[in-house]
Amino acid sequence: MVIRRIVKFEAERDPDFANWVTRMAGGERIRHCLQCGQCSGTCPLSLYMDHTPRQLMHLAREGFKEEVLTSSAIWMCTSCYACAVKCPKKINITHLLYAFKERAITEHRYPKRFVVAVLARQFARMVNKSGRVTESRLMLKVCLRTTIVRILGLTGIGWGLLRTGRMGFGNEHIEARNDLVKIIESVRATRKELAL
Amino acid sequence: MTYAWYPGCSLRGTGRAYEESLLAVFKALGVEVEELKDWNCCGSTTYLSVDELTSYALVARNLALAGREKRDIVAPCAACYMVLNKTHHYVNDYPDVKLAVNRAMQAIGLVYDEKVKVRHPLDVLLNDVGVKAIKEKVTKPLKGLKVAPYYGCQIVRPYATFDDQANPVAMDRLLEACGAKVVHYPLKTTCCGGSQKGALPEVGLDLIHYLLSEAKRQGADVMATVCPLCQFNVEAFQQDAASVRPAVSMPVVYFSQLMGLALGCSAKAVGLKRCLVSVEPLLAEKEIAYA
Repeated sequence: MVIRRIVKFEAERDPDFANWVTRMAGGERIRHCLQCGQCSGTCPLSLYMDHTPRQLMHLAREGFKEEVLTSSAIWMCTSCYACAVKCPKKINITHLLYAFKERAITEHRYPKRFVVAVLARQFARMVNKSGRVTESRLMLKVCLRTTIVRILGLTGIGWGLLRTGRMGFGNEHIEARNDLVKIIESVRATRKELAL
Repeated sequence: MTYAWYPGCSLRGTGRAYEESLLAVFKALGVEVEELKDWNCCGSTTYLSVDELTSYALVARNLALAGREKRDIVAPCAACYMVLNKTHHYVNDYPDVKLAVNRAMQAIGLVYDEKVKVRHPLDVLLNDVGVKAIKEKVTKPLKGLKVAPYYGCQIVRPYATFDDQANPVAMDRLLEACGAKVVHYPLKTTCCGGSQKGALPEVGLDLIHYLLSEAKRQGADVMATVCPLCQFNVEAFQQDAASVRPAVSMPVVYFSQLMGLALGCSAKAVGLKRCLVSVEPLLAEKEIAYA
């Protein structure tokens, strides 16, 4: 049995994190949160989350960075936007969860070998390189970087997709791939300049 | 007026039948579309959680390309539709995002165009073509076919531009115009689990099971979808769901496949053979004729 203190002291919070949350595009309304719980009630995944969306909102705006960024909940969001449209204070909760995921990835806090996190990074890498996503190749990459056994579980479906011509292994890409490099570089420069 | 057709990556992969059938429907109804030249991936909701700002800039390239052609975009995939619209909103609402996007477009010699409308095929078919014109073109009505209309999330959430967020009816109207009976389906905008099936099978499979069993309970023969991910999840994982919950088997097609058949398009033209759970026995049983 491990006994640990659950309640945090005020001094253990990270005010910079709270500031970052309220300053980001889409985060300005988080201070208006009433803690009504409409978001958690409507969320199809909240039953499985360690912190429900309502809890995440409160933790984030009070600066509980560790709890937010290491929460499994942020990786469970399916982007269904049910919480965002139900929120009586019009807080775009789904959007905030993207930002938490982005921050967790940047700070290498995401759960290693966890499919959703691996998928996100491989997806972005493919878009940056080719400008388009080839689903079959993406799935293969994700399987190789998580549990290779997963491929076996998908063979039945994979065969069905091949049979019906819904899976190709060609490499989809755009012509102007140089555009991608320029866009990424330009955004990086702007972000640095604006200290975003 | 010609629309810029933005198929998105999924319609070139698992959702191939969606593109085939929609283009067949557009052709039958005289809606002119031309593929947006050298379009790139919208990044879906996935890229948003890796690098939000870059995501907007990548999406903006498509809006700029369409603006250069002076065309509005038609985006059939739910994620593309949502992300393209979201980019417009965030560029409009936040000066920092606008600055980053404008500079990125400048770097590739394009101009972000805020006037480019992003529309969904449901919107175009219902509001530009109209129920009356569709009814006139129906040659093989879907008489006796009971359909559960499944919209999923991102067509109406968070940016409902042409339909209600909780109870959308655009697809209902279109399928009724084709002679089908649309059943009451309270789960029409409930989440299919997105890509969670891969991460947490028991969670994804539960959601898929609820969608199927409720459709069955309401008397539906077939489910009609508007999103490639919904279609894939609910169709491909029926067997997996049967391993944890009572088995429910039901064909899951794109609404445009059914519409296409009613408009006299051939089974091949609407990609009927691409179904994993075949819809053909059902059509035979209901004695619904198609080309």
